[in-house]
This record gives sequence, C-alpha cells and structure tokens, in this order.
Amino acid sequence: MLRVIVRRLLQLVVTLIGLSALVFVWLRNLPGGPIEALLGERATPERRALLVKALGYDQPILVQYAKFMQRLLTGDFGNSIRSGDPVTEVIGRAFPATIELAAAAMIIAIGLGVPLGYLAARHRGRLLDNLSIAGTLLGISIPIFFLGYLLKDVFTQNMHWFPPSGRISTGVDNTDVTGFFVLDGLLTREFDAAGDALWHLILPALTLATIPLAVIVRITRASVLDVLNEDFVRTAEAKGLRHKTIRGRHILRNALLPVVTTIGLQTGALLSGAVLTERVYNWGGLGTLIYNSISGGRDYPVLQALILLAALVFVVVNLLVDLSYAFIDPRVRVR
Amino acid sequence: MQASRLKAAVALAAAAALAVGASGCAKSERDDDSGGAKTGGTFVFAGAGNPKNFDPIFNDDGESFRPIRQMYDTLVQNKPGTADLQGALAESWEHDPEGKVWTFKLRKNVKFHDGTPFNAAAVCFNFDRWFNMKGAAAQSQMIYYSDVFGGFAKNEAEGVGEPVYNKCEAKDDGTAVVTMNRYKGAFPGAFALTALSIASPEALKKYDADTVKQNGDSFEYSAFANEHPVGTGPFTFGGWDKAKGEITLNRNPDYWGEKAKVDKLVIKVIEDENTRKQELRAGTVQGIDFPAPADRKALSGEGFQVLDRPAFNILYLGFNQKNPKLKDLRVRQAIAYALNRQQLVQTKGPGGTKVADEFMPDTVLGYAQDVQKYDYNVDKAKQLLKEAGAENLTLNFYYPTDVSRPYMPNPQEIFTVLANDLQAVGIKVNGVARPWNGGYKDDVQQFGKHDLHILGWTGDYNDPGNFVGTFFGRAKVEFGDQAMTEMFDAITKADATVDEAGKKAAWEQVNRDIAAKWLPAVPVWHAPPAIVVTKDVKGLVASPLTDERFNTVSVG
Repeated sequence: MLRVIVRRLLQLVVTLIGLSALVFVWLRNLPGGPIEALLGERATPERRALLVKALGYDQPILVQYAKFMQRLLTGDFGNSIRSGDPVTEVIGRAFPATIELAAAAMIIAIGLGVPLGYLAARHRGRLLDNLSIAGTLLGISIPIFFLGYLLKDVFTQNMHWFPPSGRISTGVDNTDVTGFFVLDGLLTREFDAAGDALWHLILPALTLATIPLAVIVRITRASVLDVLNEDFVRTAEAKGLRHKTIRGRHILRNALLPVVTTIGLQTGALLSGAVLTERVYNWGGLGTLIYNSISGGRDYPVLQALILLAALVFVVVNLLVDLSYAFIDPRVRVR
Repeated sequence: MQASRLKAAVALAAAAALAVGASGCAKSERDDDSGGAKTGGTFVFAGAGNPKNFDPIFNDDGESFRPIRQMYDTLVQNKPGTADLQGALAESWEHDPEGKVWTFKLRKNVKFHDGTPFNAAAVCFNFDRWFNMKGAAAQSQMIYYSDVFGGFAKNEAEGVGEPVYNKCEAKDDGTAVVTMNRYKGAFPGAFALTALSIASPEALKKYDADTVKQNGDSFEYSAFANEHPVGTGPFTFGGWDKAKGEITLNRNPDYWGEKAKVDKLVIKVIEDENTRKQELRAGTVQGIDFPAPADRKALSGEGFQVLDRPAFNILYLGFNQKNPKLKDLRVRQAIAYALNRQQLVQTKGPGGTKVADEFMPDTVLGYAQDVQKYDYNVDKAKQLLKEAGAENLTLNFYYPTDVSRPYMPNPQEIFTVLANDLQAVGIKVNGVARPWNGGYKDDVQQFGKHDLHILGWTGDYNDPGNFVGTFFGRAKVEFGDQAMTEMFDAITKADATVDEAGKKAAWEQVNRDIAAKWLPAVPVWHAPPAIVVTKDVKGLVASPLTDERFNTVSVG
C-alpha cells in the first residue's frame, strides 16, 4: 500500500510540473499577452520594450520558467494585472463569496427538491406529479443567464422585492470576519448587515439552484418510485406500521442513497453555473473572477493560478479516489 | 404647582431658543463652509471596473481616473463642460517666447488632505519625482508621463527617448518655474491631465510611493497608491472595500474651490452593463456611464437624465499600405467615396453623432474648414478603382469583438455597414473578427495582418498633436509602417510651432494635406458618449474629456 501511495505521489508531482509548464507556455503564446493587457490602447514599441524588460520577458524562457516555479513553490502566484493585489489575496476574497452562494443554492435545492420529489412519487400520475415533471424539465433546460435576468426583471425592476445586484447594500457597515457576509453579520451581531446580505443572496441563490433543484426532484422521484415497489415497503405496510415510520425509516432512507450521490455531483456543477450567475448579479466570487480574467482584460496571473488550483484539486481528488480503490480492491495494489 | 409649570415653561423656552440659536449657527457655518449649498447625503455612481490604484502617475484608464480626479487637482484644468483651460492649483501661467520656460503662479492657502501646505516646493517635488523615477517597472507604468515628457533622468530601456523635462524651481512659495528641454505643442493642455495631478510630498515619502515591485506578470504598488492617496481635491479618500467593490470618498471641508455638496461619494463597481442599468432603475445607484446607444432613448423616456458629452473623439477606418493596392492614393480615395458615412451615423451612431471630415473635433485648434471632403459617391469610387486597375480588389477587413468604446460603441454593426458599402462598389470584403483583448490590437498594431481596420481615440487634452500627432506623427504598423516622411515632418513642425497663429496655420495645412495628399485613413465619425443620472441628481456637468468632478453634484 505504501508503495502505491509513494508511486502515485510521484506521479502527482510530475503531472503538476508538466501542467505548470504547459500553462506557462500556453498563456505566453496566446494572442494579446500580458504586455497588451498592461498597456491597453497606448502600446507603443518603446513602452513594449520597457515592459518586456520590467517583466523579465527578455530573459530565456527557461530562466523565466525557473523563476515562475520558484515563486510557485512558495505559494506566490504573482500580482493581478487588473487590481495589482497578490493573486492569492484576490482568490481568497472571491472564494467565500462563491461558497456562500453555492451553499445557499444547495440548501434551496435540497430543501425543496427532496420533499417535492417524494410528493411527486407518492402522487404518481396525478396533477402534482405532472406539474413537477414539467417544472423540472423547464428548470434543466432554461439557460441560467436568461433566468437570472428574468428573475431580476420581475422581482427587482417590477416588484422591487429584491436588490438587483451585489452582496450587500451601499452604506451598510459590516465587519469582515470570514468573508461570508451573512455568517459575519450573525457572528458580530450586526443583524442589519446579516439581513441585508441574506436579502441580496436570495435571487442569485434561487437562480443558481434551478438546475440542481430540478435534478434532485427527478432523482428523488425516480428513487422513491423504485423503493415504493420493494417488498420491504409492502411488508411494512402489511405489518400495519404508521405512514410516518414507513416514509421516514423505510422509503426515504433507502431512496436517498442515489440522491446523495447526485448532490455530490451537482456541487461540482454549481461552480460552472456560478460563472453566469455571478456575472448577472455582480456577485464578486470566483465565477466573476474567472470571467473577468478571461474577457475583461486578460488577467493572466489570476487565470494561471485558477487553472493550476483547479488542476491541483482535480488531481488530488483523483489520487484519493484511486487510493480508495486500492484500499477496497486488493487487485489494484497488485497491479 | 404653578411655579413648577412656569419653571418648566421657561426651561422649554430657553431650550427652544438655544436650539434655534444652535441651528442658526450650524446653518451659517455650513453656508460659509460650502461656498454653495451643502445638501449632504451620498452620491453613488456605478463604475464599470475596478481602479488600478490611486497614484495618478501610474494610471492611464478611465475607471482609475474617476476616483482620482475627485481627490486630486492639477495645475490647470478643463473648464467644466469644455476642453478649454482654466486655472486650478495654478491661478495663472505663462511661458517664454521659445515655449521652454513655464511659470506658474500658484493658488495660496491650499492644503493637502494631510494638512501639509501646497506650494511651489510641492509642485517641484512632483515634477522631480516623475522625472527621477527609477526602475523599469515604475517607468513602464507611467504611460501619460512618457506621452508628454518622453524620457526620464535615467531611462531603464533603450528607445524610450530624450526627456522633455529639464528642471523645476520654486522661486517662492507661490511661483513654480518649470523648464523644458524643448517646446511641445502638448503644453499647456497636458498640465490638465489627471495623471499629472499634484500629490502631497509628505504622503508620497511616508508611504513609499515610488516603490513599484514586479511580481510575476504584474506589478505591486505602494501603500500610498492603495491605501493613503493624498491630494488637494474636493473629496478625501475614505476606503476601498474590495470584497464589496466600493470606493468611498468623503467631502473635504477644507477644499479651496467649490466644496462638495454631498457628504459622501461612493463609486460602486458593477462590471455588467445590464446590471448597471438595473441598479440605476432600482435607485441603488444614481449614475452610470456610457449607456449603449440603443438604451439612451428608453432611459430618457423613463425620466433619467441622459447627458451627452460634447464629442471629443474620432472613429476612423485605417489602411494598411503594406498591401500594394492600398499604397495607391486613388484606391484609398475610392474607398473613402464608397462609404456612406451619413447613413452610418443615422443608423448606428448614438444621438448627436456627426460625420467626421478630419481626425479631430472642430473645437480643437487647427481644424481646417476647407479640407477635401469625400461625400458618398459610388460612381466616383468605381471610376477611381478602374483608373487604379483595382476593380477586382479583395480586402481583409479586421474589426474587434468583446469591446465597446466611446467612439465605437458597436464595432460589429459598424463593420457590417461599412463592408456593405465597399461591396456595393465591387470590393470583395473578408471580414475578420478578433477579440479586442485577445488578438485584435496585436494583429492590427503589432503584426499588421489586416488590409482595413477600424479604430479610434478619445482626446486627452485640447491639442491637435494629441489627435493627429498620435495617429500619423510617425511610422506605425497599423498603417503599414510606411515612411511617409513628408507627413511626419509636417506634423513634427506643426507640433513645434510656439506662437498661436503659426500653430493654427500649420495644423490647418496638415489637416488639408492629410485629406487630399496622404489619406492614411478615412475619418468616420465623432460620437458623443453619454453619462446618465437619476432625475434627483443636480449640478453634474458632462465633460467632453470625461473629466467630471462630482463636487458640484447634489442628490435630492
């Protein structure tokens, strides 16, 4: 087992070095590189020359890469072109915003999805079931940016129930503790700030929740229908158990296994949805950061860091999965 | 009982009298203090992006300059609503006959936000700081300085050029004398550039403003630039909450000029254009910039004030003369005649857009009334193409995507109309779309892959050199890197002419020759960008240079 772990860790190091080289070379060869991003419309040959020297692009590519790796090993991704702040700080600021949004979306998706799916299954073929099927189809197929703008138009422009964008109102003082605005408001007892942040969170969270909500309703419905036909449910009913007990202890507990797996998969999908949702609601999270780093002015250092971090997470998760296989199945260890 | 009631009544009357007295004092204090009615409250303006930092000299973009110009002043400034100059930190200025020695008589009793006095020593400190800046990182980010002053005391890279600046002397507290190595047409207009704002020498030293560190593919700026910007402007720095995307500025009660009417100015960063509009409609922001042309009418109809800035920009269609066919003046003229610019203005231009005949607005010195005009004429275009033997011409027309500029709000639509015009005279057009930040500028300005392209400019100050000199003052890849020495020499000569009448005549001739003899591009239009505010906002004066100062603004 130890040999497997060591071998996989070595593979991990090689993978990351290869990937870092690939990202490094790729970004430097994209049209409109960092020089253009820094100089904008006023790029002249003299300014390019000055910047080439300032950024060390006049040095051999291997020297540049060595310096890049040296910084990387100390956790230094450089500074953002757009803001001038260290990239780690920029990502650190955006991270809680996305987690807050994704968590709220997941709470909505699970909180509504599981009961709705259960009810649809119990009322199979009836109005509620048909409505849920139509609703989930709509939820899966409607583009997120369209839904975002639609919800904004209805609830902010016409009904004025919610604010159109941002995480908190201008003029509301909030103390930053964790970066999660709602939680910070509660922790510091600034309940006005917590309430305001929650008020801002509702529409974006609803928008982001649509797809996972629809998926969870469908999976729950299908899973509950499967379980309803199982012998042990019939036996429980025949034994005269109360409905509440059958529902909680026998149906839901068994039906939720595939639902939990789906929730895990949907959490990953939330991040891609966050890019569009955050853009529509001016939500300063990772989604906005990714969008702005690509189209809003080519922030190469941030983009580079985001790609490497995403790759690192992916590689580490894969490693853990592989190791768990090896743990579960001895044949993997032998191979 | 009665006595106690009486006491109570007296006490109440006394309290009321005190309150009236106190409020009277407060009122008179406010009026004295504001130089106009202070209305209080907060003005929230939606910015389209984060500022880079708040050290004026290291910035060159509108989103950074918006907060910077509220906190700092320049020696001279643009009269509100125009591109004409008026005194600011300098009450008056003059130069010697050669245009090399500039004497500024400074305003008295002006203080920086940190309480230190503004005087000639402070002015010279700033000029010397720029000139003596060390390090390739810092120098590379001083875009406007190098535009205006060329090189540094010690250039960190080759080819940067000789410095225009020589020295600055503080004759006395109220007189600063700046000596240049040579005259430049950019003066005195360039002294109004926001990048050349005067900062507190004490704060610059205390917060290590000159330290710009290269880190990876970008730069790290000082505490002065990020947390402690100190100028003399109508607002002081309140904070920059990056998590909320808000910059807060507070009213400067000691401002030398018209004091701010609002207590607080918040610039809220909202990158998405639709969201900016929605925030405006929701009333959570009171102002937005650069609305899309298609939205102007709707916003106006909804009761918002859509304030058109006088157009101080130019959109042009450029020729890459590396293509031998385009080297022929007749072909370039044919293309100019083929374009129905009037129709383009009417169908795609924001309200108030005008067809351009020259590469600068008519308010700039040296605009000639009698240049050769290229009114829409299909027959003439076809005839010229025939004469030049270019009847079966095929051209690669580059245009940008993912961008909206004040002079070019809708590049794709502009391209479509222009390409149709060209096809109507028999020119085959291959449209090539490139993302603005992902190859367009590279392909056009660095590699010259195009035959035709659209680009433009918003003026920085009122000087023909800032328009015509920027485009055609020297060989550029964008126009085929052609050694059009006659044109370059004429522009250099016009730029070096000191006396006003001679300068005007020289630039007028340059404009005539550009249109008739050289035609390196076709001027398309001047489009007025707009700024939109809610109906309860008063006192905002739209500037052709987007140089709006919010001290005159009141809300409610």
